[in-house]
Amino acid sequence: MANNILVVAETRGGDVRKVALEVMTAARALADGLGGEVHAIVFGAAGIGSVGAKLAAVGADVVQVVEHAGLDTYNAEAVAATVAAQITSGGYRAALFGASAMGQDLAPRIGAKLRVGVAADVVAVQADGGDVVVRHPMNTNKIIATMVLSATPALVSIRPGAVSVGASAKAGTVVSVAPAMDPSAGRVKVTGLSLGGGAKLDLAEAPVVVSGGRGLKAAENFSLVEDLAAAFGNAAVGATRAVTDDGWRPHSDQIGQTGRQVSPDLYVAVGISGAIQHIAGMRNSKTIVAINKDKDAPIFKVADYGIVGDVFEVMPALTAAVKAAKAQ
Amino acid sequence: MKIAVCIKRVADMGARFQIGADGASVSEAGIKYDISDFDEWAVEAALQLNEKHGGGEVTVVSLGPDSAQETIRKALAMGADKGIHLKVDTIPFDGFQIAESLAAALKDGGYDLILFGRIAVDSAAGVTGVMVAELLGLPCVTAVSKLEVSGTSGTAERQVEGGVETLAFPLPAVCTIDQGLVTQARYPSLKGIMAAKKKPLESKPASLGAHSVSVRKMELPPERSAGRIVGEGAAAVPELIRLLQNEAKVL
Repeated sequence: MANNILVVAETRGGDVRKVALEVMTAARALADGLGGEVHAIVFGAAGIGSVGAKLAAVGADVVQVVEHAGLDTYNAEAVAATVAAQITSGGYRAALFGASAMGQDLAPRIGAKLRVGVAADVVAVQADGGDVVVRHPMNTNKIIATMVLSATPALVSIRPGAVSVGASAKAGTVVSVAPAMDPSAGRVKVTGLSLGGGAKLDLAEAPVVVSGGRGLKAAENFSLVEDLAAAFGNAAVGATRAVTDDGWRPHSDQIGQTGRQVSPDLYVAVGISGAIQHIAGMRNSKTIVAINKDKDAPIFKVADYGIVGDVFEVMPALTAAVKAAKAQ
Repeated sequence: MKIAVCIKRVADMGARFQIGADGASVSEAGIKYDISDFDEWAVEAALQLNEKHGGGEVTVVSLGPDSAQETIRKALAMGADKGIHLKVDTIPFDGFQIAESLAAALKDGGYDLILFGRIAVDSAAGVTGVMVAELLGLPCVTAVSKLEVSGTSGTAERQVEGGVETLAFPLPAVCTIDQGLVTQARYPSLKGIMAAKKKPLESKPASLGAHSVSVRKMELPPERSAGRIVGEGAAAVPELIRLLQNEAKVL
């Protein structure tokens, strides 16, 4: 029991998010290293317990289900109170979260309640003797810190996309847990959640990211980026800060030091010169392609493959070629 | 409104970092320091709120070595009214230690709103502001990209993956500020810089508790291996496709 791990498995629209499966995979490996079990806890409206099978498939020995109409969207205060109570009563060695908008909000609330620190936005977590050890990129991904969590519970949030989802089926025994506080009694009320474009892939979760910069010259030319993303089929669209500051794209699309950090399998930089602030957000991408008319642009220093040329000429040809390759 | 803004002095992220001799720190040699981007936006947001509503007072708080006072002076030059410096030799990596110290300094200040940047761009954790809210028993909204406050309540928007959440909360409250709330923080004017020298800045030792998170080692990430220019113009597309399929295996 003292080596069990609790995972807060994030859900949306009645289903588990991919980041939750990634965190489960990391938790399973950590629990196996410590000789403990993995317990997942999910919050949602009535019926959310149906995600139990998916969590069992990625290694949940137990799935704790907290159902309440007031938990349909993220309810920070009720979720934090409940998770903190579960960690205390269950004597967990560690609790793992996704470093998503929700996890980044939730983990420190629990840390303060339990009076321990949090290792946030880590890319790896493992048992090392009795300690929990993590790797955390800092200074805009230019430094990797190895950090030791000496207290129990060790609270860790894991960067989306840092762990590949694995399969390790366990029993996933479903148990019902009551919220530790009335979800309607929270002081902060979520009054709305607008999700843009339904099936749109999130930047942090998309296997391919196509990003545009000032080289596109005008907001309407972003269609070239969107067309290439559509041709890939599994791509999200990003932008540089120059472009979001000019209002061509929403701030939420910005990749870089002050925006989103992404590490997709493939990153395509379109008309992006490669300012250091932008590179900070995408340098961990597995393969980087750059298209820019200036052969001396700094983006070519981090790109695996570069095409020197006019984006207005190259992009339609590239989009057609990707479509053709996908159709094969 | 009485607003407190917690700010951190951080290295200029444009630098080429080196690991310190102990293998567990960032070398300070040749590095310039300034206020963390998100914290600067939080200062700007506080100044704008008080300009909009008239009156009020902005206090900036920073935990750090003596050099943190320079960063506080910058915020004072932007227009904040007073500063509190919580002195430590080195800023710890355990956000809970920092949060406890900040919470103790903020507790009796009677602030309507306490602002933080969403993250410090160096340690990139984003935990301290939320922990301060919990320790003070205040409502908290993180990663705020839109903020309106009137009387005793506020509304905010925050970016979540693929969407936007809107929230309502009572004051006093803690908010952590994301990009999008202000487009550009003001530059201190010469007059502001002169005035800042006379504004009150209280310096006192920070009391830090035991740490539960510590750094064992720091490393530079592996350099990306040199890439290549595949070719020029649309004529290079077939070769790029071939490389993406056969070499990178991502298509």
